[in-house]
Amino acid sequence: MSKPVNIIAAHDISGGYTDIPVIKDFSLEVKTGEFLGIIGPNGSGKSTLLKLLSRVLTPSRGTISFLGEDIRRMDQRAFARKTAFVSQDTNIYFPFSVMEITLMGRIPHLGRLQGETKRDIEIAEQSLALTDVFSLKDKLIDELSSGERQRVIISRALTQEPLLLFLDEPTAHLDIGHQIQILDLLYKLNSRNGLTIVVVLHDLNLAAEYCGRIIFLNDGRIFKNGRPEDVLTYQNIEAVYKTVVVVNKNPFTGKPFVVPVSEERCRQR
Amino acid sequence: MEKRHLGKFLLLAVLLFIAVVFAILNGPVRIPFKELFLEGNRQILYLRLLRVLLAAITGSGLAVSGAALQAILRNPLAEPYLLGTSSGAGLGAVLAIITGLSSFFLPAVSFLGALVSMVFVYYLSKRGNRIPVESFILSGVIVSLLCSAVIAFLVSVSPNEALHGVVWWLWGSLQMYDVKLLLIAAAIVIPSMAILYVFSQDLNAVSIGEEDALHLGIKIEKIKKIIFFLTSLITAGLVCVSGVIGFVGLILPHITRLWVGPNHRVLLPASCLLGAVFMIVCDLLARTVYAPFEVPIGVITACVGAPVFIVLMKNRQRGK
Repeated sequence: MSKPVNIIAAHDISGGYTDIPVIKDFSLEVKTGEFLGIIGPNGSGKSTLLKLLSRVLTPSRGTISFLGEDIRRMDQRAFARKTAFVSQDTNIYFPFSVMEITLMGRIPHLGRLQGETKRDIEIAEQSLALTDVFSLKDKLIDELSSGERQRVIISRALTQEPLLLFLDEPTAHLDIGHQIQILDLLYKLNSRNGLTIVVVLHDLNLAAEYCGRIIFLNDGRIFKNGRPEDVLTYQNIEAVYKTVVVVNKNPFTGKPFVVPVSEERCRQR
Repeated sequence: MEKRHLGKFLLLAVLLFIAVVFAILNGPVRIPFKELFLEGNRQILYLRLLRVLLAAITGSGLAVSGAALQAILRNPLAEPYLLGTSSGAGLGAVLAIITGLSSFFLPAVSFLGALVSMVFVYYLSKRGNRIPVESFILSGVIVSLLCSAVIAFLVSVSPNEALHGVVWWLWGSLQMYDVKLLLIAAAIVIPSMAILYVFSQDLNAVSIGEEDALHLGIKIEKIKKIIFFLTSLITAGLVCVSGVIGFVGLILPHITRLWVGPNHRVLLPASCLLGAVFMIVCDLLARTVYAPFEVPIGVITACVGAPVFIVLMKNRQRGK
C-alpha cells in the first residue's frame, strides 16, 4: 500500500474560538497507524487543537490536510466517512437505544431517505461486538453506566468506518477500571486494525502507557514532541505544570510513570 | 427497524378513521344518523367536514413542528409558538381589523405578520453565520413579548368592537367556513411536513448534540435554518386560520416519543397521525360538552392532554 505517509498534517496554523488564537503557529504531522497522545496543562489548547484538526473550528491561518487534501476543500460528509470523533462526555437527552445510536455512525454513508441495509447493520453489530457492548444493543442509552455509554459512543464512531479517530479526554469521568478498558480497546483498534488514533489525555500515566508518541502542549505551542520516555521527564513536567514530580519506570511495561510530590508535606517533614 | 412499529401505525390509522367518522356524525346539533345525509342537512355535514379536516391539519402540523423543534433545540419545553410566529400573526390580525380591512384579508395579513416576526427572530438570533440555540429561544421569546404588548395596547385603546373577537380568535378556534382557506393552509402545511420528514436522520443526529452531528457529516447550521424556516411556515399557516391552540405542539411530541421512541423517522409520522386524532377528538369535545356554547379548544387540549401525559409518564417510570 502506497498511501501518503501523513494521514493528517497541520501546516503553520493559528486558531481558536475568537480572534485571539489559542493555537499559535502550529505544525504537526501524524503518520498513518500512529497512536498519538496530546497532553498539556489546562488552557494549553489541547481541545482547541483537536477541534481545529477535526474541522469543528477553522484556523485563522495555515492549512490542515487529510491524506494530502486540504480539509477545508473536503465535503463535510466525505470527511465524516474518513474520520470520527469521541468527546469527553456525551449527554444524550433523548432515549435512543444503543443500536440506534450506533447506527447513526452510518449517516455519512447513507442518503437522506435511504434506510440501513443488511451490511450497515452488520457493520454496526461488529462495532458493538468490538467495544463489548453487543449484549446491550436493545437497552436505552440512559439506562447505561458512563463507562458503557462511552463505549457505545466509540462503537458509533467505529461504525463510521474511519481511518482516523479523534478522542477528547475519553476517560475523563471514568474510574480506573473503565479508563483501562477504554484505552485497551483503543490500543487493540490501533495495533490490530491499523486505526490511527489522536487522543487528548489529561492523565500523564495513561498517555505514557498507551501512546506511541506524545506531543506536550504549553500555551498553544508544542513544548516537546516525541516518545513518552523522552517527553515525560521530570524536568519537562515541572517546567510546564509548575509542580514537583518524580518520574519512575513501570516495572511491567518499562513506560515512564509520574508520581506527584506535595511540596507542603515535604516541608513539614 | 420500522417493522416493529407497523402495528402502531395501523392502530393510528384506525383511530384516525374512527375519529373522523365520529366527529362528522356528532355535533352541537343532534341529528339522527339517517337524516344527516338528507338534502337539508348537507350544509351542516359540509361544515363539519371542513372542521374535521382543519382539526386534523392543525393537530398534525403542531405536533410535527413541536417534535422537530424539541430535537434541534434539545429542549423539552420547545414548541411551535416559541419562535414568535404566533404573536406576529396575532399582531397582523389586530392591525387588519383596526385599519378596517375586510375579514377576507385577515388571514393574509396575519400570515404576513407571522412571516415578518419569523424574519425578525431569525436576524435577531444570528451570530455571524451561526444560530446559537440559546439566542434562538431568547429571540423568539422577546419577539413574542413585544408583539403581545403591542396587541394588548391596541386592544385597550381601540373602540373597535371587532377586536374582542380577535382575542377569542387568538385563543384558538377551529371554526371554518371557507374551503379556500383550508386548502391554502393545507398547501402550506402538508408539503412542509413532508420536507421535515426528509430531514429525519439529520434531526436524529442533531438531537444528540450539535458537535456530534457535525462529526457525522451534518451541516448543522444549514439544518437548523431549514428546520426553523419550515416549522415557522407551518405555524404561520396554521395560526392565521385557527389561532393559537396551546399544548398540542408541546405535549403531543412527548406522548408520541414515550410510545414509539425518539427516532424521528418513526416519531414524525407517528406525531402527525396522533396529533390529528388528538385534535379531532378535542374539537369534538369543544363543540359538544357545553352545546350550544363552544368551549375554547385550548381548554380542551390541556384538560385532555395533561392527564394522558401524566399517566404515560408515570407508567414509564414504573416500567423502568
